[in-house]
Amino acid sequence: MSEPVTALRGATDAAGIVQIREIGPRGMITLRGDLSDKATIKAAVAAGGVNVPEVRHCNTEGESGIAWMSPDEVLIMCPYAEVHARIADLRTKLAKQHSLAVNVSDARALFSVTGPHAREVMAKLSPVDLHVDAFTPGMFRRTRLAQVPAAFWMPQEQTFNIVCFRSVAVYVYDVLKVAAQPGSEVGHF
Amino acid sequence: MLTIHCPNCGITAEETEFHAHGEAHLKRFGPGSSDGEFEGYLFMRKNPKGVHFERWRHQNGCGKWFHVARCTMTLEVFGSYSAQTYAPPQDILDHIENRRPGWQESAT
Ligand SMILES: [Zn+2]
Repeated sequence: MSEPVTALRGATDAAGIVQIREIGPRGMITLRGDLSDKATIKAAVAAGGVNVPEVRHCNTEGESGIAWMSPDEVLIMCPYAEVHARIADLRTKLAKQHSLAVNVSDARALFSVTGPHAREVMAKLSPVDLHVDAFTPGMFRRTRLAQVPAAFWMPQEQTFNIVCFRSVAVYVYDVLKVAAQPGSEVGHF
Repeated sequence: MLTIHCPNCGITAEETEFHAHGEAHLKRFGPGSSDGEFEGYLFMRKNPKGVHFERWRHQNGCGKWFHVARCTMTLEVFGSYSAQTYAPPQDILDHIENRRPGWQESAT
């Protein structure tokens, strides 16, 4: 099989006030269905390796996890090499459920933003309250980064992971670099 | 700048995370309707100075549709409510009446 290639081939930038890194490839599955249905929950848990999260939250463990996307959608993450097996398993288990499971791994880009100024850099780009009391590790937020849709969560304090469409990966990388320009600390948080 | 609440995911954010999609509670006129009815359904929209009901979508968020009641003059947002309804719910109407007594008479 051919080698998976991420949008930016793992580009990194540490010239600014945070460290920006394209991570991945990551297995990502969009699952739509009735999130209160027992069979759907069970299949999602098996595919993501964690419990289905609360509204606007995510549960992650290493490369695996489940993120709440909307009232009828979750994003399941797993190691890239396992995505085909997990999606086949999902589809078998949900054959009788009104649901949809799609492999979106290669349609997404994944970034990490790390450092003491990570909250500041993210707050410059999205209309989200990123105060330490308002946005905490475990939460998951779909929003925009400057002009494009994106979603992010904090695997731990001082680190954001960002998911965006692969087609705007360059834009997201560049706009993160602009927001992290040396000397651009705001000192708000 | 409006502050909008999405009843589908519970997020309250400023309007750039959302997108407005025009007048709410239109009645559809399709096959079998008169030319006048069809034209009205397609093109004729209210443009009130004051209370207005609109369809909104959480464009950069959960992606779901909902309704918003707001004032086009002061930009006050009266509230959000489900997309799955033909008319504004009573609590929204009560709140508007409270803020704009007699608004319905002046709207006609
Ligand atoms: Zn929403």
